Amino acid sequence: MSTDSPDLPRLHPRDHADHPPFRYPDYKSSVARSPDHDLVSILATLSEATGPGPAWTELSPEDADLTTNAGTGGVAIGARIIVTGRVLDAAGNGIPDTLVEIWQANAAGRYAHWRETEYDAPLDPNFLGVGQCRTDSDGTYRFQTIRPGPYPWGNHPNAWRPAHIHLSLMGPSLGSRLVTQLYFAGDPMLHLDPIYCSAPPQSRHRVLAHYDHGVTEADWATGWRFDIVLAGAEATPFEAEEVA
Amino acid sequence: MSGQPRPGQTRLGQTPSSTLGPFFGMLLGRPDDATMVDDATSGERIRVTGLVLDGDGTPIEDALVEVWQANAAGRYRHPVDRRDELPLDDGFTGFGRSPTAFETGSWSILTVRPGPVPDGHGGMQAPHLNLVVQARGMLAPLFTRMYFPNEDANDADIVVSSVPAERRHTLVATRGDDVDGVTTFLHDLRLQGDDETVFFDV
Repeated sequence: MSTDSPDLPRLHPRDHADHPPFRYPDYKSSVARSPDHDLVSILATLSEATGPGPAWTELSPEDADLTTNAGTGGVAIGARIIVTGRVLDAAGNGIPDTLVEIWQANAAGRYAHWRETEYDAPLDPNFLGVGQCRTDSDGTYRFQTIRPGPYPWGNHPNAWRPAHIHLSLMGPSLGSRLVTQLYFAGDPMLHLDPIYCSAPPQSRHRVLAHYDHGVTEADWATGWRFDIVLAGAEATPFEAEEVA
Repeated sequence: MSGQPRPGQTRLGQTPSSTLGPFFGMLLGRPDDATMVDDATSGERIRVTGLVLDGDGTPIEDALVEVWQANAAGRYRHPVDRRDELPLDDGFTGFGRSPTAFETGSWSILTVRPGPVPDGHGGMQAPHLNLVVQARGMLAPLFTRMYFPNEDANDADIVVSSVPAERRHTLVATRGDDVDGVTTFLHDLRLQGDDETVFFDV
């Protein structure tokens, strides 16, 4: 995609060399769910220069604390962690006011989802495993949650997904859309996981959260830092009332 | 030229995409997300529904279709769209999303027919929905558009014009039977194979 219009903001195209291929045979489900044709290049229009990220407004602070947001009044079981970082554009500017959504397994590696029927690990009634927040003016997001456990899946014999947290970001423009998975640096299972390994070797490290003692809170929770770089429009600070 | 670092600035590498996996429905695509209108929304209500199909022609039961569109007046609810002479609706963000139903593989949204929007290069685009398709098994999102049938403006649209003529029909919905007085459009998304949907490098 290219932009050469003075009427539109500067857009950073998706750098395909940094992303997994659509078809990665070691991840079996990708084989029939990937296009045969090349993507069609287009001139960016107002449709690509805009996007749903800034349109969302209805979030409550409780949505960012997965240890207590099940609505039971109880507290989730497991190792409490803080996951925080900045959402950045390709030029390194923090992207304010963008939606970050996460979902994950509980400490035992079990998702609170009706389709999870094969892995007989305990459910935690006080843990839904879903959260939402918006980045602040600096592009910083912050969740409090439980460190997820690894879990088995059916891709190949004795296949296990390493512990991970799913993230969904909207960003400032349509092409900023990103769904990714955060892993924990040092996990010995990473190189066995075809989904982790589907990311190119030169960019794979960007999905690792790193332990950060500056984020760790004494007598409360360990801290993990994970910054995210989005394609698409550069961050443009704006007044919320412009779209209200 | 886009994508080039400015002097003195380092261009950061992008965070790699990954798959939604099978459990995204815990959070993304809840039932309310598929209803993009409320009583305050202006414009003609439309229902858009279809299948997401894999390379074997099998409906995908764990896909997510996201919609981004202008309102009935042709305005995006976004700070870059500064055409203040056009109204914004309190009851319309322009964003919706629908998971495919586990039993049928079909997605469905209730929205309004969008107005035309500028292409940023001196012309107007034909009315369209911007669609983002993801699924278990997809390691990156696919971006496409849905145009409306019997719209003369489709042929002049700057994005449609980028597509080889023999593939353009994959971008145009078909009219279905109205349901409860709501105009219904059918639009299947084929990820692979014969009549593969056109996907754009966005």
